[in-house]
Amino acid sequence: MMPAPLNQSKMTKPNPKIEAFKAAFPYSLPVMVGYVVLGIAFGIILTGKGFSWWLAPVMGLLIYAGSMQFVAVDLLSAVFNPFQIIIMTLTVNARHLFYGISMLDKFRSMGTKKPYMIFSLTDETYSLLCSAVPPKQADENWFYFFISLLDQIYWITGCTIGAIGGSFLHYDTTGIDFAMTALFIVIMVEQWESTSNHLPVITGIIVSIMNLILFGPKNFIIPSMVVIFLALVLFPKKFKSEISS
Amino acid sequence: MTKSQILFSIIIMAVCTLITRLLPFLIFPEHRKTPPLVTYLGAVLPYAIIGMLVVYCFKQVSFIQYPFGIPEMIGFLFVIFVHRWKHHLLLSIGGGTLFYMILIRFVF
Repeated sequence: MMPAPLNQSKMTKPNPKIEAFKAAFPYSLPVMVGYVVLGIAFGIILTGKGFSWWLAPVMGLLIYAGSMQFVAVDLLSAVFNPFQIIIMTLTVNARHLFYGISMLDKFRSMGTKKPYMIFSLTDETYSLLCSAVPPKQADENWFYFFISLLDQIYWITGCTIGAIGGSFLHYDTTGIDFAMTALFIVIMVEQWESTSNHLPVITGIIVSIMNLILFGPKNFIIPSMVVIFLALVLFPKKFKSEISS
Repeated sequence: MTKSQILFSIIIMAVCTLITRLLPFLIFPEHRKTPPLVTYLGAVLPYAIIGMLVVYCFKQVSFIQYPFGIPEMIGFLFVIFVHRWKHHLLLSIGGGTLFYMILIRFVF
């Protein structure tokens, strides 16, 4: 009876896909908190302007970009102007170009999952994908895929809750959006510990602060990106480092 | 806007957002070798970008008006301290958020 032992070994062997999900879920928890809270805020603002509740999940599903959706509420409240919408969307989301460049290698072998990985590359998912390390028994690609998928599910859930029930929530949740800030700080700390060359992150912080002071909170991202990009391209020897661990 | 204009606007936004995410993958397709400069940028950018994103989170904080960004800075240092100490994701993020919410309610 040859097949029996084979089957048995299959049974006892952990399923790499399930292991990938099990590993991805805890990684995604901070984003769950952040996205549900921000999503609720978005839903409340959208319906507060008189839009139908179902637009919130539709936008979370199709656009799926946090800051862009907040801008979208203003755009949808104004007179229809496709040209302005195109310019605004491209500008607000220009930072995504950077994310893609860092993910070229990671997504290379992802096959049919790749289009979704590209579509769902938000700030938060990007930072999780940069820092998350799949455990040995988990399938690497499924691990990354589940992180991306879970994040979007959280976002759509938040948007929907906010749009449907937002006006009934009366808890004072001021400051809960610090969860997202804390997530980025934690990722920054982990990255700090993973490398001996801290110049890239220090450059990112200082350049952004200077541009924030110069251009203000609404317009500083693009000039910051340009300066960071130029610095990295012009002084590669200073920024290059051996990634330890 | 009419309902169809709203839906059309949402589709425009969805397509434009996708373009910003897709462009690097179109410029540097899998079958062609990625230039070394781009590979280098891909490796070093996450570090610079996370710095930018942290600053982005604090962009609305006013340092010239009360409370001068003090609760945010304390929260910022708290998360760094807790995370370097315990390296526990949920403790750092949950604890940091709770700590910040208490700060802005009862201290400042």
